[in-house]
Amino acid sequence: MVSVDSIIGRNSLHRKVQRSLRIQKLRALGLIAPLFIFILISFVIPIGDMLFRSIENQLVSEVLPRTTEYLKSEQINEDWEPPNELFWHLYVDLAIATEVKLHTRVGSRLNYEKTGISSLFRKSGRSIKKFGADDYRKALTEQVPELASIDYWELLAEGTKYGYTRDAYNEWKKRLIENDDFSEKTKPSDFLFVVLANDIKSPGATPTQGTIPEEKLLPVISELPEIRFKELFLDTDEDWAEPDVWDTIQLYSPSFTNGYYLNSADFKKGSDGPELRPENERLYALIFSRTLFMSVTITLVCLLLGYPVAYFLANLPMKYANLFLILVLLPFWTSLLVRTSAWKVLLQNEGVINDVLVAIGLIANLERLELINNQTGTIIAMSHILLPFMILPLFSVMKTIHPSYVRAAKSLGATPWTAFRRVYFPQSIPGIGAGSILVFILSIGYYITPELVGGTTGTFISNRIAYHISSSLNWGLGAALGSILLAVVLALYWVYDRVVGIDNVKLG
Amino acid sequence: MKLTKLSALLLGCFFIANSSQAMDLTVVSWGGAYSKSQINAYHNPYMELNPDINIIHDESSYEAVAKLRAMREAGNLTWDLVDAVPADAIRLCDEGLAMEVDVDEILDPAPDGTPASEDFGASLVSECFIPQIVYSTTFGFRTDVESWNGNEPDDVCDVFDLEAFPGKRSLEKRPINNLEWALLCDGVAKEDIYDVLETEEGQNRALAKLDTIKDEVIWWSAGADTPQWLADGEVVFGSTYNGRFFALIEEAKQPVKILWDAQVFEYDGWIIPTGLPEDRLAAVLDLVRFATDTQRLADQAKYISYGPARTSSNALVGEHATLGIDMGPHMPGHPDNAYNVFFFNYDWWADYRDDLDAKFQAWLAN
Repeated sequence: MVSVDSIIGRNSLHRKVQRSLRIQKLRALGLIAPLFIFILISFVIPIGDMLFRSIENQLVSEVLPRTTEYLKSEQINEDWEPPNELFWHLYVDLAIATEVKLHTRVGSRLNYEKTGISSLFRKSGRSIKKFGADDYRKALTEQVPELASIDYWELLAEGTKYGYTRDAYNEWKKRLIENDDFSEKTKPSDFLFVVLANDIKSPGATPTQGTIPEEKLLPVISELPEIRFKELFLDTDEDWAEPDVWDTIQLYSPSFTNGYYLNSADFKKGSDGPELRPENERLYALIFSRTLFMSVTITLVCLLLGYPVAYFLANLPMKYANLFLILVLLPFWTSLLVRTSAWKVLLQNEGVINDVLVAIGLIANLERLELINNQTGTIIAMSHILLPFMILPLFSVMKTIHPSYVRAAKSLGATPWTAFRRVYFPQSIPGIGAGSILVFILSIGYYITPELVGGTTGTFISNRIAYHISSSLNWGLGAALGSILLAVVLALYWVYDRVVGIDNVKLG
Repeated sequence: MKLTKLSALLLGCFFIANSSQAMDLTVVSWGGAYSKSQINAYHNPYMELNPDINIIHDESSYEAVAKLRAMREAGNLTWDLVDAVPADAIRLCDEGLAMEVDVDEILDPAPDGTPASEDFGASLVSECFIPQIVYSTTFGFRTDVESWNGNEPDDVCDVFDLEAFPGKRSLEKRPINNLEWALLCDGVAKEDIYDVLETEEGQNRALAKLDTIKDEVIWWSAGADTPQWLADGEVVFGSTYNGRFFALIEEAKQPVKILWDAQVFEYDGWIIPTGLPEDRLAAVLDLVRFATDTQRLADQAKYISYGPARTSSNALVGEHATLGIDMGPHMPGHPDNAYNVFFFNYDWWADYRDDLDAKFQAWLAN
């Protein structure tokens, strides 16, 4: 007998099946591709980018390359004095940066770490223009008029002789190009002449043949007054003498930093490792714990209020249940701001609730309850707003619990309470799980309601994140706080999975 | 068939919309009565003179700095002119997001020929800032508080006096202004305040002074909060911008009075974002020149009680457009009001803002 396999060939059949399966898979992938790409572009990439900012710190070393390079080998302590050479590097770095206004950006970046650096950089950026570089330009171009044209500098930058000049020129040019400010007509900036003069007269540079007629320039250069950078910088602002300022620049020189994370844990980056901030500056640990506490409380309140409502709805005949369900959903369809503002009207000192309590004589007029601008206000308003997220999953799970189970329990002798506790309640747990996790995760990242009714003690960490993103512009710190929040939620989710089991969560 | 008709129609609309040569300029401001005053005094007259310009209003000044920064990162600038307070203008200038301008070059001189830089004087607080108005942050109080026994506060330190003037107060939820007032009322001379505030002890001293009323304070973050709370009777005393008080007292007729003592003068003005294409920049510069001339700045005072930033405009300030009240006495700079003023110290706060805000928030949260 001839086997079927040998006729059509086992392998070819196998391959065909494989191929059609593959095509099916690709088709399925093609169907989810739009959603996948959408999520990738609109969600994963931006969030990844934002989280990346919490460690990113390239600005300082990019704008101050010479200064940070020099500082690398310095041991800065209280008795340390910034050497003259350091100010020379700082001058070149700042001169390039001021051309495209990068110095103030570094200033505000470093001001987050040390107060005063912002204006220090702003002031210095203004004053270095008066350090006398224009005298150098005039004197040098008088001798070699070609120096006034950018082409000449291009040639200079190709040579390898004046390394410092070449690097400074190239960096200056790169910055101008980035800013769309560079063309053939661009005039070489004044500071370049100082840099060139310094290269020419420095002992290492032997006068050899080159594009620059050094013999013509050297006498002029030696006659020019020396620019005393340290003095000039210190005249601009005495803070330049402070080791603290340099220490901060040194600490934040690396391209990546853990500084933002330390800040969000109430620590400070110090030269001897992280140190705890003084008590009057500690903020984030408190707000994080408060955020967790309020979220848990809101979840519990929602559960306590929502469970009976869901039970009631699930046991009504369908036509009534739908009507009541609309009542649950109705506030859900109202704008969040409207609902929050309504709570303000109700809860405030001269508000409806207090007025009623005073009118019926429960409290005295002068002892009105503080229901708003504190944690109570946040918990009340947010519980109300998030209640539907608890009721809906509970309701849909309870709908699936057949009444005959409870009836059977009762007919076997259970009291109503036992029947509920041992038969009904365990079956509703998946709904509790789903509702709780929804409410908890929504509330932990809430922003608008606590901002409006939370006062000073009822605000969430998201309010601080929003402040750093939109007001202080410290995006790095905002990103660090955000990623910590994300990590906390993921950790809680993991704990939840271990304790309750995520398979036990049902939305219906 | 239907579909082709529809698309033809859409295409038609598109061409019609494009065929008119109007240029849209997006002008960003603060919204509310303030935006309205700008629309009435600047934008509408400008559009009448220049039918090919269409001004679109955006009310995002509150987060202008963050949004402009985001726009730069996205490489897509959609704003043409932005109304900003000097603190934001300085930040934007530092970040390279606002254009540096030479006011004498881009703005008109006063009618008598005084150059713009002199006419604007001290209000030119940053190279990027084109001033418009002077406003002040000050206190207002209810005039019908029974427990005050007919007394009215006449000193900013009455805010800290819970015995003579009991009741809830509202203060802004940020350190700026509050710390200055606290130190002033703790006995620090006006000219020493920032020196004291630079030290750790000074900061603690200011917070300790605020501690004495902390339980009685509701903190506001929107300018409309204090007027609302005063009207509701939630607070009896509170700080906000003087224009808000004007609306509350003269338009809403609430029993509230302004306490002008130790009012903090601040400016507000325009910044031009960097990176505008040439044709838009030219249009924006033309609009700015128009909107900041002596007459236009004086016109704005017809709609809101903020003073013009130009000295030459002050003489032209007249009556309110609808209420018919003489606006002079309602201006923060009127001699009767400006007997004791603070000038917002921008440079100082640009340095200390982040540090003090962290301390202030830590103090608030505890």
